[in-house]
Amino acid sequence: MKKVRLYEIAYARSGDKGDSSNVGVIAKNKKIYEYLKQHLTPETVKKHFEGIVQGEVERFLLPNINAINFILHNSLGGGGTLSLISDSQGKTHGQIMLMFEIEIPEELLKDE
Amino acid sequence: MKKIRIANGQGFWGDNVDIPLLMLEEKIDYIGMDYLAEVTLSIMMRQKLKNPRAGYARDFLDFIRRGLEKLVTKNVKVITNAGGLSPEILAEEIIAIAKSKGIRGLKVATVTGDNLYPLIDELIESGISLQNMETGEEFAKIRDKITSINAYLGAKPVVEALKAGAQIVIAGRITDTALVSAPVIYEFQVDWQDWDRIASATVGGHIVECGAQATGGNYSRWWEVPDMWDVGYPILEFYPDGSFIVTKSPKRGGVVNKFTVAEQLLYEMGDPTNYITPDCIADFSTIQLREIGKDKVLVEGIKGKARTQYLKVAATYLKGYKAVGQLVISGPRALEKAQLAAEIVWKRLERSGYQIAEEEKFVEFLGTGATLPTKFRIKDPPEVVVRIGIKSSNKEKVERFGKEIAPLVTSGPPGVTGFSGGRPKPQEMVAYWPTLVPRQIIEDKIEVKIEVS
Repeated sequence: MKKVRLYEIAYARSGDKGDSSNVGVIAKNKKIYEYLKQHLTPETVKKHFEGIVQGEVERFLLPNINAINFILHNSLGGGGTLSLISDSQGKTHGQIMLMFEIEIPEELLKDE
Repeated sequence: MKKIRIANGQGFWGDNVDIPLLMLEEKIDYIGMDYLAEVTLSIMMRQKLKNPRAGYARDFLDFIRRGLEKLVTKNVKVITNAGGLSPEILAEEIIAIAKSKGIRGLKVATVTGDNLYPLIDELIESGISLQNMETGEEFAKIRDKITSINAYLGAKPVVEALKAGAQIVIAGRITDTALVSAPVIYEFQVDWQDWDRIASATVGGHIVECGAQATGGNYSRWWEVPDMWDVGYPILEFYPDGSFIVTKSPKRGGVVNKFTVAEQLLYEMGDPTNYITPDCIADFSTIQLREIGKDKVLVEGIKGKARTQYLKVAATYLKGYKAVGQLVISGPRALEKAQLAAEIVWKRLERSGYQIAEEEKFVEFLGTGATLPTKFRIKDPPEVVVRIGIKSSNKEKVERFGKEIAPLVTSGPPGVTGFSGGRPKPQEMVAYWPTLVPRQIIEDKIEVKIEVS
């Protein structure tokens, strides 16, 4: 096993929906997707975003593009125009997701 | 085999103004230009109240002034929601510019009927609740504070405008995706119940609606993007079966691969199996992406479901006022000094007779990891940007707050600088109110008009 940041094995993009943000994570390939599906759960993601997410985390799977979509409820300080925080639209949440640390079997890192 | 090429020329109001002109150098049939975000219409409403001839995105007129001759020569059609609250006024301005340039016979269409502001009482009388679709709150609560209320229209009126021969279609609040789906439906004569093909065109619209975000902008692997400064905006090439290729100009920078496209597919995504638009429900879990060449991704296999009987309506209302000021604080114990600066602001306001409730106060320490989760925060950085803010229904209180930032430079802790731009002024805080209205009521009132230069 090797400890890596999600940054090295996945892609991410985030956006806003009212006071919630969404973070889409795309695995580099199918095998990594299958592995991430086990380890990127609403619970582990909520813990990773401690201090930002006030509500629940919801998860949707898109196996067709090796992707997982997370909704981070109550994470924008009131949302859009009502929020005074710098990132009131969750623009940074994708990059923050890629800071997630994960132990991964080394053979999965060899596949390109 | 017939194919049509649709470019994105603008991802939002404030996007790079040269893009649509650069796009006219490409081989394209249509340009879609998006200007409306969730609360843009409330800003336009303010402008229109001051000046009845305002209320549209002025950037679009700059494009017309600079690019109309080429647009006409190349016979590229433009579809935009730049009309905001004043599509007909924007159309008049375009016609005037065309005439001043000696261009005759230019057909400009307007789509109206999305603005429900004049119809609020009528809607309520006919039994439409307009209650908040997310919170269930009653409309009566915000009735007197409404700053705009618009329905999201679909592709139909735009298709009608194209059938009538329009070269430029000016709409107000149509969905971003209709800027692409309308020309696809029109050119390939897609049946309005062919949900898969409509969903496919809708997905194309979603991919390009934020411009460069599909071609290397905001991309996780930013270091792999060639010439990001000159990023080429997305071009879609549609085929009769509904499939399409996402690409960009080979002359420009940026990159299109299955990851840039997948990232944008997930942008602002909720439940991927139910992406609801006025014209269909698209299922994003059916999308297949395939790289078929340099900067070419084929998108296919998309399934759709029948449209709903409702249209989404977005109201905005005045919720109060806000102001934020910021200062740079350097040197030893910068964060502690920043915390002290914020406390000083609240105490001085209290001394002046203003009670500030906890929920009205806002403080953020940039440079300590303020946008990051707790575990990443830095306890003792040598430099901090402190942002101090307030939100309140009391405008006078917000105004008074604005006078407490500058004094910190001389009567606060040492090493405080970076005060510029004058006292922070109270800004209107406009809130968003989504609701649903049976589609027939709105669709009966949609009008498409054509003006000719």
